[in-house]
Amino acid sequence: MALEHADVLRAAHLARLGMDDEEAARYLDDLGRILEMVDQLQALDTQGVAPLAHPLDATQRLRADEVTESDQRETFQRCAPAVENGLYLVPRVVE
Amino acid sequence: MHDKTLTELAAALSAGEFSSRELTEHLLARIERHDGELNSFITVTAEQALEAADQADAARAQGEAGPLTGLPLALKDIFCTRGVKTSAGSRMLDNFVSPYDATVVEKLAAAGTVSLGKTNMDEFAMGSSNENSFYGPVKNPWDLAAVPGGSSGGSAAAVAAGLVPAAMGTDTGGSIRQPSAFCGLTGLKPTYGRVSRYGMIAYASSLDQAGPMARSAADCALLLGAIAGHDLRDSTSVARGVPDYTEELDAPLSGLKIGLPREYFGDGLSPEVEGAVREAIGVFETLGATVREVSLPHTPYAIPAYYVIAPAEASSNLSRFDGVRFGYRCEAPADLIDLYKRSRAEGFGEEVKRRILIGTHTLSEGFFDAYYKKAQQVRRLIRQDFLDAFDEVDVLMGPASPTPAFDLGANKDPVSMYLQDIYTIAVNLAGIPGISVPAGFTGGRSTGGRPTGGRPIGLQILGTHFAEARLLNVAHQFQQATDWHLRRPGIIEETA
Amino acid sequence: MQWETVIGLEVHVQLATRSKIFSGASTAFGAEPNTQACAVDLGLPGVLPVLNEQAVAMAVQFGLGIHAEIPEVSVFDRKNYFYPDLPKGYQTSQMYHPIVGPGEVEIALDDGSTKAVRVHHAHLEEDAGKSLHELFSNGRGHGMTGIDLNRAGTPLLEIVSEPDMRSAKEAAAYLKAIHSIVTYLGISDGNMAEGSMRCDVNVSVRPKGQEAFGTRAEIKNVNSFRFVERAIEYEVERQIELLEDGGTVIQETRLFDPEADETRSMRTKEQANDYRYFPCPDLLPVVLDQAYVDHLRDTLPELPAAKRARFEGELGLSAYDAGVLSASREMAEYFEEVKDVCGDAKQAANWVQGELSGALNREGLAIGDSPVSARQLGELIRRVMDDTINGKAAKQVFQALWNDQGESADEVIEAKGLKQVTDTGAIEAMIDQVIADSPAQVAQYRDAEPEKRGKMIGYFVGQVMKASRGTANPQQVNALLKEKLDALC
Repeated sequence: MALEHADVLRAAHLARLGMDDEEAARYLDDLGRILEMVDQLQALDTQGVAPLAHPLDATQRLRADEVTESDQRETFQRCAPAVENGLYLVPRVVE
Repeated sequence: MHDKTLTELAAALSAGEFSSRELTEHLLARIERHDGELNSFITVTAEQALEAADQADAARAQGEAGPLTGLPLALKDIFCTRGVKTSAGSRMLDNFVSPYDATVVEKLAAAGTVSLGKTNMDEFAMGSSNENSFYGPVKNPWDLAAVPGGSSGGSAAAVAAGLVPAAMGTDTGGSIRQPSAFCGLTGLKPTYGRVSRYGMIAYASSLDQAGPMARSAADCALLLGAIAGHDLRDSTSVARGVPDYTEELDAPLSGLKIGLPREYFGDGLSPEVEGAVREAIGVFETLGATVREVSLPHTPYAIPAYYVIAPAEASSNLSRFDGVRFGYRCEAPADLIDLYKRSRAEGFGEEVKRRILIGTHTLSEGFFDAYYKKAQQVRRLIRQDFLDAFDEVDVLMGPASPTPAFDLGANKDPVSMYLQDIYTIAVNLAGIPGISVPAGFTGGRSTGGRPTGGRPIGLQILGTHFAEARLLNVAHQFQQATDWHLRRPGIIEETA
Repeated sequence: MQWETVIGLEVHVQLATRSKIFSGASTAFGAEPNTQACAVDLGLPGVLPVLNEQAVAMAVQFGLGIHAEIPEVSVFDRKNYFYPDLPKGYQTSQMYHPIVGPGEVEIALDDGSTKAVRVHHAHLEEDAGKSLHELFSNGRGHGMTGIDLNRAGTPLLEIVSEPDMRSAKEAAAYLKAIHSIVTYLGISDGNMAEGSMRCDVNVSVRPKGQEAFGTRAEIKNVNSFRFVERAIEYEVERQIELLEDGGTVIQETRLFDPEADETRSMRTKEQANDYRYFPCPDLLPVVLDQAYVDHLRDTLPELPAAKRARFEGELGLSAYDAGVLSASREMAEYFEEVKDVCGDAKQAANWVQGELSGALNREGLAIGDSPVSARQLGELIRRVMDDTINGKAAKQVFQALWNDQGESADEVIEAKGLKQVTDTGAIEAMIDQVIADSPAQVAQYRDAEPEKRGKMIGYFVGQVMKASRGTANPQQVNALLKEKLDALC
């Protein structure tokens, strides 16, 4: 499955990585070869094999519905780039 | 005192030969002296370390010392540490002071250990040479022209150089075992789920696992006991008792069945590495083990499967670094999309972006089945290979890496860099434990005489799920019969 | 041309857990911004989710309530997209293996009939935070949006219907049915004003008789029963007009503007999203064993549809009464207690829907806040039925209980002397007195045509009731009066 320039730009946009055409061209070569290596998987017949998401066949443990966390806003917002009145600030979001 | 094992230091502290504060001061001075060149630490927490050392000494005076009390350690900079910068080797988190402790950090502190600081690493644990760090490459103490391996390269170099007796690493595709091999250390990747991942900055959640890097298997046993166990904050951690890993270290190896995976001795394996590994296996035979060849037929698919699964998980795990709540934010964003795109483009390094792009692409509509689902199916086949092998043998042995440490800057091509992890990656896909132990040096194998220097070579030993005690026992017995793990690089000896 | 409307709903219900779906932070509404957003909710580096058992139980209860299949295994997936109110850059949801499989919701239509609407599935997911756009437009942070993540991680059950509804009224009835199921089960407070229940509406039209669906528009985030109806009505009209003018409907997301009473296209540049769903590696498959599901089934309360059927069938109420009285759990429970205390379902229904509902409406109170308890009302009705008081006195007693002028109907009856006089002798004495005091009226009565006398008796009844301060049994008074007056003729 050959990778194209537009695929790189599309992935960069989906991943919100700023990238101009020149950079995309640079990545295209490396990514193309990585995918070529990955494409070796296609040679293997995996029909009927169940996908394995976790290495152990474990199941989800549930926690009791209890409030265990208290307000740590001040601590958490110390590492925030921009806050005001307890809110995280971002450039205006247009709906 | 800086060339001693953790076990020896524990005995010395206990015998009152020196205090934890003296030991800590000594090591901090060594870091000061040597780390400018090695670059193994990102952050040295001298003040907190001395405070913790004093507390440890006080506890000892009160008769409240445990087996790890007062022992200095270092933490890969991927473990969130309250009040300390936790960067994951990335510009993205250069300004991030963690507001909380990882479970591993909490447990080590509770055991009375003294953290000297946070070690350098490939950015977000993506790399095999430690050349992908925002904080610059780390040098291998055995040969300053060589890489220390990665991604836990700072941890490996710091321990090898005698700056700290042991360090914590993480291993997603070999990131504990390969740098341990490159730096002449013993490094253990536990079974997936054995050690909590809470507070460990995620690279690939279904593969990541923390473990110790130290100077002997006995040291690893001591540390694993302290960090292992069920954590209610990590759904993937396993509710299973933690044995005393030091207890079985001395069990004899007679009757041990060793399997040599045919696929781990093929093309691309350096003759020097193969020679050292085969010689080590000979040692096990003299200890009463039997050796046979086995096959892990899906080995060639491990790297392709890994480079679908790990980047896919990473692309999603790294979405939280968006410049909104913490971490790097670009200057004067024009609008929201600009904030995202520039913060992430400027905050992440090249290799991280490469993997985010791969993961984003392979998860995209129309590609999911061909890549992600396929890779997960292959993952099951790879795990089955190991389970089948462990029906026949107790442990598997082979090289930890196809070559010894390579030169800094020698490996520019990402794909050939990825292929370096051929012997370690399948282990993470299968979730089984693996340990790397020193087994020789380049240019100086122990054909009866002393080594002539060179770079370390690592033997990898693999066991089935939760067989850590067995692996540590096997490694320890090897270290009773050999002295590779006792060799120290010149940087230690010149000041020892 | 005749058009047919096709509607499907995606209803998001906030589950009434104490803590969040994946963290131990509180879900309480209305706290100061970001004071209930813990490390996990903020998506700090290294944090991990752990699933809340109550969220699972509530989702399963809902599934059982709509007779859905409950699959043994469900799996959480990540839905990847960037938005400032989505801290991790993905929403943890269930794409491929939801916790609730196909089920069915019965809705009541205006003509008293019912209709089954199929539910495709229901899945668990985490809510996002809130973006506050207004706060900063004039303040220091010009042109900034503020993000409050208190809501992030609140458990949501997304209930996805099949496109089975054919009118705005049916859609509203479906939404009401979902509302009453979740409130009956106590798994949500159902408070639409606070966003505890929100819904996305998929609307399309097609020529009557055509099988293929038309192109649909999705109206996002409609948050009241009324708005759902109005948004659909507007949208249907818009689509039909468009088609009849030779245009085509485009598949898009629209927003309902209640003030303008119209839907508007959300013309974002990002129309085609690619969410890159994949199983969340931080969470393991949720496996529900049969015993657990059976236990939840056994402890399920009776749900509105079953209740409505029982009220109609067993209790003999009209379809309308049964519908009204089963609409909310509080109403149904109140009614049933009244019925049990007084022993007569029809009387209980009349009182609850008449006197009580009237008083509640006047004061804008919910049934849960009624000053008259179900027990008090039931006892009051019993006193009417056993002739202790008459209807007029009963209203007085009700008013007294409403105003907290007594603990029980009996106490009020006693205190106010409202006990009905049924002693014939006493009533006769009062009648004799009234007749003696009203010679002119008696004369009129005597002179009247016999067929007109019936009307004239009212005066005497009123006088006797007055003399008894309303306590005389009106039927008895009537009969005795007639007897005595006729004897004078």
